[in-house]
Amino acid sequence: MTAIATIRIQEADFDVAQEIAAIGKGRADIGAVVSFTGICRGSENGEPIAALTLEHYPGMAEAEIRRHAEEAMSRWPLSGLTVIHRVGRITPGENIVLVVTASQHRQAAFHAAEFLMDYLKTSAPFWKREESARGSSWIEARDQDDAAAARWTKS
Amino acid sequence: MKVKYFAWVRERIGKAEETIEPPAEVRTVGELIDWLARRDDAYAYAFEKPKVIRAAIDQAHVQQDAAIYGAREIAFFPPMTGG
Repeated sequence: MTAIATIRIQEADFDVAQEIAAIGKGRADIGAVVSFTGICRGSENGEPIAALTLEHYPGMAEAEIRRHAEEAMSRWPLSGLTVIHRVGRITPGENIVLVVTASQHRQAAFHAAEFLMDYLKTSAPFWKREESARGSSWIEARDQDDAAAARWTKS
Repeated sequence: MKVKYFAWVRERIGKAEETIEPPAEVRTVGELIDWLARRDDAYAYAFEKPKVIRAAIDQAHVQQDAAIYGAREIAFFPPMTGG
């Protein structure tokens, strides 16, 4: 059975348990499911934040995630893959992003999940704006995220 | 061609998208940034650090030396901060 990538960009929250159950439903060839959930922190650089607002480039965001999902499926033997990214206003403690990878063995699932998250951070067209007591400002990209994504291009 | 702006590029320019007709001598993404930056103070502010600006042609990432000929949609935005 070939892997199917489920990709969704939505304002609504997602249910992590439901997404994990959905990826393995009706199949007995999956031995490992890895899930990563990115959650809105209540502080940024030691300062409390009230909320994040996520903007995206409709069309391109889906296309970029799909491109990297297909690359993940070509690099690792995956049975299934789900990426959900929320947009709009998100308050501390709420989910932002979900990556679920399924494979026969854990190593492929771990690697693929990490690969997808590293690329989501640096090349999927989403931008975070934070609201705090000082007002609101765009979050700056971090060099360490670029470095994390770059390591996957080394042979 | 249609141009789209996102995040602080959009805020500084004051619009999310517009249709532009750059002159023929504007051949690359980098030259288009320079041309837009000369329009007025808002564009100059948005493109004050041109090297920071990321671009996409027809919804695919491109470098600033990419040719704009034939592009239907060009987008300009800051480095991405999703995930």
